[in-house]
Amino acid sequence: MSALWVAVLVTAVGCYLLKLAGLSVPQAVLDHPVVERVADLLPVALLAALVGVQVFADGSSLVLDARIVGLAVAVVALLLRAPFLVVVLLAAAAAALVRLL
Amino acid sequence: MTPPALPASERTAIVRDGIAVGVATGAYGVSFGAISVASGLDVWQTCLLSLLVFTGASQFALIGVIGAGGAPLSGAVTALLLGTRNTLYGLRLAPLLAWKGWRRLVGAQLVIDESTAMSVNRDSTAAARVGFLSTGISVFALWNLATAIGAVAGNAIGDPRTYGLDAAVGAAFLALLWPRLADRRNQVVAALGAAVALALVPVTAAGVPVLAAGGVALLVGVTSRRPDPTEFPDPPRGHGGPEHPADRTDREDER
Repeated sequence: MSALWVAVLVTAVGCYLLKLAGLSVPQAVLDHPVVERVADLLPVALLAALVGVQVFADGSSLVLDARIVGLAVAVVALLLRAPFLVVVLLAAAAAALVRLL
Repeated sequence: MTPPALPASERTAIVRDGIAVGVATGAYGVSFGAISVASGLDVWQTCLLSLLVFTGASQFALIGVIGAGGAPLSGAVTALLLGTRNTLYGLRLAPLLAWKGWRRLVGAQLVIDESTAMSVNRDSTAAARVGFLSTGISVFALWNLATAIGAVAGNAIGDPRTYGLDAAVGAAFLALLWPRLADRRNQVVAALGAAVALALVPVTAAGVPVLAAGGVALLVGVTSRRPDPTEFPDPPRGHGGPEHPADRTDREDER
């Protein structure tokens, strides 16, 4: 089995068990304030890191290219309260346009 | 399944809201499908992710790390760390939904941002279940349908960079992060997380920088005291939301 398939299956099983755990374990087990804060802040740190890496990384170097224009357009769209799909499409269109020029 | 009867009109209103959220959220499954095949997964892997993982941020994280050349397993770990928030949602939903046995096993798969947002503030088990199921089922159906469409279409269009799909991934993560940035501490954590990741890009293998950013969350979570006002997702924009407006001060009563 390829590493890709292993990753897909590990993610599938793991994410389901994480959901089930919340519905199943006694609340007291995970209801420690520190556990709660860390689990709550994880998405914030990880998503921000993913934004940075997706936009600025090219292999192991940091670059400025059309993607930064896509991100800037996404910020504007989000400030205007555009829905998710519109934000993503506008960012893609902006980057594609910059590459055409 | 719904012991204390729920008035038909309230039930209808909740279901209508749930379906509206399903349509809005499901639609962006198209972008997931297209970006996933552009990142190197095949159509089957892409569709299985939406079917079995079924939590948007984790799915985008896995394909994001793989697309950036990271080890698939570090993508999986990132996805699992993002999936931990569904555990917290489940903790809050458990007493409200009060499911046991096979209903809990099936219901667990539907624990996501949207179904939580549409049920966590209801004032009865009956209303919470209707909100949870109508939202969860409609998002599930449309998210998977849209993923398949996006994956097949994405396969047909050739080099994804021509269409800016690589820029779309960053925008997708930003859009997922955006509602959380209303809070000052979250802004700091986000800035630190991105800075740590970018600093590590030149010196570590792809996939590692994002995982390292998780350390920021660990550090801030252990050292700070204040709870986060954006912990629960607001009902998605563009519709009326739950019958009882999300009043965060009410939540303590539901424990």
